[in-house]
Amino acid sequence: MSELLYDVVIVGGGPAGLTAAYSAWENGAKKILVLERDREPGGILQQCIHNGFGLHHFKEELTGPGYTHRCWQLVKDKKEIEVIVDTMVLEVKPDKTVIAVNPERGLMEIKGKSIILTMGCRERTRGAIRIPGERPAGVFTAGAAQRMVNMEGFIPGKKIVILGSGDIGLIMARRMTLEGCKVQAVLEICPFSNGLTRNIVQCLNDYDIPLYLSHTITEIKGKGRVEGVTVAKVDEKMQVIPGTSFDIDCDTLLLSVGLIPENELSRGLDLKMHPLTNGPIVDQHRQTSAPGIFAAGNVVHVHDLVDFVSEEAEIAGKFAALHAAEQVSADTRDVVVVPGNGIRTCVPQHISLPADGEKVRLFYARRPAAAQVKLK
Amino acid sequence: MSENKKVDVVVVGGGITGAAILRELSKYDLKSVLVDKEPDIAAGTTKANSAILHAGFDATPGSMKSRMNVAGNKLYHELQAELDLDIEWTGSLVVATNEEEMETVKGLLTRGQENGVEGLAVWSADEVLAAEPNLSKDVKGALWAPSAGVCWPFGLAIAFAENAVENGAEVLRNCQVEGFEKVDGKICAVKTNQGVIETKYVINAAGLYADTISSLAGDDSFKILPRKGEYVLFDKTARDQMVKGVIFPTPSKTSKGILVCTTTHGNTFVGPNAQDQADDKENTAVTPQGMAEIINSARKLLPNIPVGAAITEFGGLRAVSSTGDFVIGKSSVDGLFQAAGIQSPGLTSAPAIAKYIVDILVAEEKNVAKKADFKTRRTAQPLFHRLSHAQQAELIKENKLYGRVICRCETITEAEIMNAIHRPCGARTVDGVKRRTRAGMGRCQGGFCGPRVTQILARELGIPITEVVKEHADSHLFYEKTQTNGADVQ
Repeated sequence: MSELLYDVVIVGGGPAGLTAAYSAWENGAKKILVLERDREPGGILQQCIHNGFGLHHFKEELTGPGYTHRCWQLVKDKKEIEVIVDTMVLEVKPDKTVIAVNPERGLMEIKGKSIILTMGCRERTRGAIRIPGERPAGVFTAGAAQRMVNMEGFIPGKKIVILGSGDIGLIMARRMTLEGCKVQAVLEICPFSNGLTRNIVQCLNDYDIPLYLSHTITEIKGKGRVEGVTVAKVDEKMQVIPGTSFDIDCDTLLLSVGLIPENELSRGLDLKMHPLTNGPIVDQHRQTSAPGIFAAGNVVHVHDLVDFVSEEAEIAGKFAALHAAEQVSADTRDVVVVPGNGIRTCVPQHISLPADGEKVRLFYARRPAAAQVKLK
Repeated sequence: MSENKKVDVVVVGGGITGAAILRELSKYDLKSVLVDKEPDIAAGTTKANSAILHAGFDATPGSMKSRMNVAGNKLYHELQAELDLDIEWTGSLVVATNEEEMETVKGLLTRGQENGVEGLAVWSADEVLAAEPNLSKDVKGALWAPSAGVCWPFGLAIAFAENAVENGAEVLRNCQVEGFEKVDGKICAVKTNQGVIETKYVINAAGLYADTISSLAGDDSFKILPRKGEYVLFDKTARDQMVKGVIFPTPSKTSKGILVCTTTHGNTFVGPNAQDQADDKENTAVTPQGMAEIINSARKLLPNIPVGAAITEFGGLRAVSSTGDFVIGKSSVDGLFQAAGIQSPGLTSAPAIAKYIVDILVAEEKNVAKKADFKTRRTAQPLFHRLSHAQQAELIKENKLYGRVICRCETITEAEIMNAIHRPCGARTVDGVKRRTRAGMGRCQGGFCGPRVTQILARELGIPITEVVKEHADSHLFYEKTQTNGADVQ
């Protein structure tokens, strides 16, 4: 087992990881390592070939790969930053040892003075929401289908139903249509779509794809391959209204039913987790409950825009570098941030003192029913 | 024109029973072939059941079920080392929550002792809660059966098949039996979609379709009545809120009840319910009513069950015999043996059923010698995720593909997936890889690794990716190349 020592070790080479690496470099870290499990850096944005990224962070509209390219440009020639792909982190230990594995270098034991967790998030599956019916081939999460189409170059089916009208579901409705598939319907259990209005217009309305609000799937049919779904209307408590069901013919069901921060490694570290964000609890420096272990991006909470992921990663990168250089105070006093009316969650969850005049930006998620939230 | 295949024994059905029978046959100088209609073995009832090796206190004393259960349980205690089987002898508890149920529990103790089950004991509430602190505080006591365990059921079937193939037996998949040929009333050949197989004996282990196969041969003495059971499976991360072993409720007159049970990989499941299916032998759909039923029942045992940690739901069909007991032994049709109606405790009974039938067949055939060079031992492939880091490092030195993790939730490497494909009776489908390695069994349920496994199967089998199936013959995953890209997949 090879042993390695770094100032900052970053788990995950998506936009959060790459941005954090650059920020750590800017703030003086001399030896930075990014570990990425896929065959190239960039994370999930590599498969998001549509535009709409980067307006805040890079002040121009980019595609997903365009955005990651910008992040990559910042780190690729820095001799202080090493990025290893095709590498899976098996364990992060509380003493900041990272166990990782890849085919060429075998099992690696890596020590970091600081660690940044940037593992991103994953999609909720059929099982998590307990959709009834058979278990044929042809049920995919929207992101898995997106990778299949945009990166592997294959389509997952010809006649598509999409459950969930979040942005990924909407984007995939358009993408499958452009590939010559027939998108039969997009179904949404809520009485409103969680997607951006521009996506409803540009991905559904422009292609005459019907959106069924307050509808859900009550049965998946088909033994070998999906043959159709039974759909029903739901009431305000999201319970199926009897007598409202109808069948839609399809060979593929795509699920866009939510994202969950990917925190298996964080759990192994016994970090304090937040029950609503499903991510580690962090302070304004994105430091977790374990000193020297930081977290940023969708692993902390699912962000609407990658631009905010980058903003958070810049903070984590900076303070991870300062921690590595032992330039942070050991003051343990802090202020808890309590979400008020209409706010579901707020990140950071607490502010470490002293916060000598530093500006702290709070990211919050609204409760679904709250139309407007004012921050005092 | 090609000549017919000629064998001594055809086993119909590659579930746990057929696979155990094939392995038992392979101990002898007999040419044996197992046929299964699906693209892979262990794809029927064997893949969707409670995965419990029962102690044997349930079945009516003297029944085939009780005899085979107790004998099968003992055999697995020996086979575990011999075939490197994934079994944990957790013991089981039948939990009572009132005095009336305690009486039933005491009755089960007597019945179990009559069946020859060793080590049974009645536990107090304190003893139960000390062993399983998450159970309901309403517990009054339980029957403890130390010889019960949990297993990897498809892993067991695959182990039997692998060892049989290593000992010269053959497995034909995608091979559907269409009829039989007889001479003087005795079976002499099996007609299949892959041609005629001349044989002296047929052993019917066709699970849900055992009655169909039996009828084709001319024996209509029983029917298989499919009875569906639904399950909810939970993530390993919820393990601390769950149970350590097998927890049954006290059985009612009609049902063994819905249990809460651990698995050999630290997941937990609840289920099954029991719904008779009339004639539908394909309906394994889960229903909203069924899921509500099993979760509500499980809550009585485990009040704080973390429902949000569910990762999948599935249904399986029990092959219930119209006779009320296993149908095992010689049929009225000469040359045909039955291993039918194998519902619970079928998984536990499989090695005993295999021995029982093969002993009769060998006695009948006379002059059949045991193979002198029979390979008793079969070694499972190493599971990367269960090894220490030092052992993992060693494996990667031998084969660097142990260093590439394909299934991220379960930490299954590319080397393990390739082994699963290239071992005897290797995987041909995505679910076949899953049954052999656990790739796709984690919390993302194959979302990430499914397409990767599909690509590896295509590469290793030398077939187009669009021909790789999930499970059944028509369950393709990739349709066609995109019009805009068409990049070749490595």
